[in-house]
Amino acid sequence: MADHIQETVDAVYTAESRRVLATLIRLLGDFDAAEEAMHDAFRAALEQWPRDGVPANPRAWLVSTGRFKAIDAKRRLARFDALDDTADGPELGTVDPEAWTDRDSVEDDRLRLIFTCCHPALAPDAQIPLTLREVCGLTTEEIARTFLVAAPAMAQRIVRAKGKIRDARIPYRVPEAPELPERLDAALRVIYLVFNEGYTASSGAAVTRYDLSSEAIRLGRLLVDLLPEPEAMGLLGLMLLHESRRAARADAAGDLVLLEDQDRSLWDRASIAEGTALVGRALASRRFGPYTVQGAIAACHAAAREAAATDWDDIVRLYDALLRMEPSPVIALNRAVAVAMRDGPAEGLAIVDDILARGELRDYRLAHAARGEFCRRLGRSAEARSAFERALALAKQEPERRFLERRIRDLGLGIRD
Amino acid sequence: MKYACLVYLETDKLHAVKDTECAACGDGFRSRGLLVAAEALQPVETATTVRVRNGRVTVTDGPFAETKEQLAGFYLIEAADLNEAIQIASKIPPAREGSVEVRPVRQLEV
Repeated sequence: MADHIQETVDAVYTAESRRVLATLIRLLGDFDAAEEAMHDAFRAALEQWPRDGVPANPRAWLVSTGRFKAIDAKRRLARFDALDDTADGPELGTVDPEAWTDRDSVEDDRLRLIFTCCHPALAPDAQIPLTLREVCGLTTEEIARTFLVAAPAMAQRIVRAKGKIRDARIPYRVPEAPELPERLDAALRVIYLVFNEGYTASSGAAVTRYDLSSEAIRLGRLLVDLLPEPEAMGLLGLMLLHESRRAARADAAGDLVLLEDQDRSLWDRASIAEGTALVGRALASRRFGPYTVQGAIAACHAAAREAAATDWDDIVRLYDALLRMEPSPVIALNRAVAVAMRDGPAEGLAIVDDILARGELRDYRLAHAARGEFCRRLGRSAEARSAFERALALAKQEPERRFLERRIRDLGLGIRD
Repeated sequence: MKYACLVYLETDKLHAVKDTECAACGDGFRSRGLLVAAEALQPVETATTVRVRNGRVTVTDGPFAETKEQLAGFYLIEAADLNEAIQIASKIPPAREGSVEVRPVRQLEV
């Protein structure tokens, strides 16, 4: 019986703890108090549910228990501090218990939590950890390990961010229409950074890291459920389309496999279908942004059953659109690769050399890797070799380093030595 | 809640926004009940720094740190939360030329 209850509580924790926390933050107006109240509520569940049975609505039970525990704690504190007459805020006393936990207000609370954690007034290096901790429920230790930061330093970042939310009064609110686009962008950026951190682990051996890509996709789904804005759909589609290639991106030895060399039968068709549909819906809205266009590019790749069937003309056109939305040298570089595939390596090389000549991307490994690849295809081996060497000097990720070393080795035979 | 909106400008931009525009901005805030106080400041060359160490008052010329931007004025506003404060601060004309630092006012613990 006790084991059975323990299992039930564990399952409720997994399914509901983030919702309970988000609602308690609204009711209590304080992250730390809400977290403590939530843990008190789950502790109480472990004591009371074996005796009284599992309540019909565990979430409502946990929220109201947590809330009472927090009020109790505050009253106990108030007794020691006679001057404190704020023990009961208006929100604590008067809200109808039913209204705390109906589906709409609970889901609103989750949305509030996302927007608060991704508030642009918080330091960028705190937005991601705070989101992972409060919205996804990762522990500070897990987050610290993921970002290769010592746990106390990560804890301090999170504490500082929570302090700013409290002291500067960052509101627990879904942004209103005039500020929504900018604030949605901020939230989408955080989610995409989480995804990329998982997808292209910027340093170290790939497999040891927490599965941030799945976490980001979960966040993306949550956002689309709560706020079906086109660009949120576009981002979710983009992430699903990237993720669909996961099994094909590395070979058995963990080495990087280029898109054109991937075994496309390993691509996850269900993710491709879902991602492509989401991107299609976003495009149809005509209110889409750069994530949707990137999603459309990924969908073009996904639609080609073999690399040779890729519609490079479409892809170049999408990159043109992307570059107009977001002029950036990295996008110009990606466009160069697409142009090279459509028109030949000489055309791609001309664009990359142009970018490098402007002084942009000189320390960006992929610019030199692309230059090396174009030169290699043009038979300009010495130039290719020095470009790959430059890329290798800048690369930190192990599989990528091995890929570049292999390229250099293949070129090196009989040329230098 | 009160927020101080501290206006910073580079020296050559101190007069980039007309005084009449700043005054109109302050009047607008006041008529909507958002303003507690607002003043423009004389340039930083007129500043004097006062410190008390070991009971002795020391007075030095200028501000503590050399920075490119200087404090040019301030608005003390009343806002429900940081989002509202940011919206008000974004209406302060010199935000176009320099920057506005939004700082929550701290209640003295007395």
